[in-house]
Amino acid sequence: MRPLPYPMTPESSVVEVTLDSDLKNVEVAEEITRRVAGTAGFDEDEQQRIEMAVHESMINAIWHGNKNDSSKCVWLHFKIHRDRLEIRIRDQGTGFDPKRVPDPLESDNLLNVSGRGIFLIRSFMDEFRVEYVSGTGTEVTMIKRLNSGIQTKQGGTDREHESHNTTS
Amino acid sequence: MSMKATIRQVDSVTVVDVSGRITLGEGCVQLRELIRDQLSKGTKNILLNLADVTYIDSSGIGELVSAYTGVSKQGGALKLLNLTKKVHDLLQITKLYTVFDVHDDEAKAIASFAKPATA
Repeated sequence: MRPLPYPMTPESSVVEVTLDSDLKNVEVAEEITRRVAGTAGFDEDEQQRIEMAVHESMINAIWHGNKNDSSKCVWLHFKIHRDRLEIRIRDQGTGFDPKRVPDPLESDNLLNVSGRGIFLIRSFMDEFRVEYVSGTGTEVTMIKRLNSGIQTKQGGTDREHESHNTTS
Repeated sequence: MSMKATIRQVDSVTVVDVSGRITLGEGCVQLRELIRDQLSKGTKNILLNLADVTYIDSSGIGELVSAYTGVSKQGGALKLLNLTKKVHDLLQITKLYTVFDVHDDEAKAIASFAKPATA
């Protein structure tokens, strides 16, 4: 793990860290997220929601993207804007199409054991998009606006900003 | 903090006091093995006390669903007790709050196992 630029100050608006692809590092990512979201001005409830979105993205990156291969890495990038927090998480996997993930709220899927991670990310963040770049990996971008006044959504009801680009 | 579970028997109900994190990996595996162990012993009524669960993720929610369906298939019932706000909110947005029988009073939860389920 590369050194963290702690302590964060309002002047340091970008945080980048590269973590080994190990489930133990999910909690490290959560801790960084809490600090960054706090510095960005989000209240405790919002910090927890952002933290959970990062948790689910880290799980996707490590488990599904990097196939739990500890020789691979996950790259996290946080950028605090005046009105929003932008989080990018990149793995070294081969990409996925979020539109192919079944809606976990459908009655047939309600008792499925898996398939709620992307739904929770969409519920907790204002924007979510996935980009796969051949030879590089999959990059997820999530945005949370400050004082958006948006309560927790039912995931997937606000997909206007979602995109899935494949560059080969 | 990883997941911890303490099992106690109250009347015909096996109460499992769960604490810590129910997340992908250790926490989910522990919960899965605990439920499997109880089912193998013929346990029918399980009450999961989640008061001290500090974190649950999508995999943890999936594990609760798996436990619920596993116990139901064996003719038993799995109910939830003392949800934290975080767990409550997650079950609400995933529409699972109406699937699970959720209680905030242990004595009433225990008594509910003796009654036939109502729609």
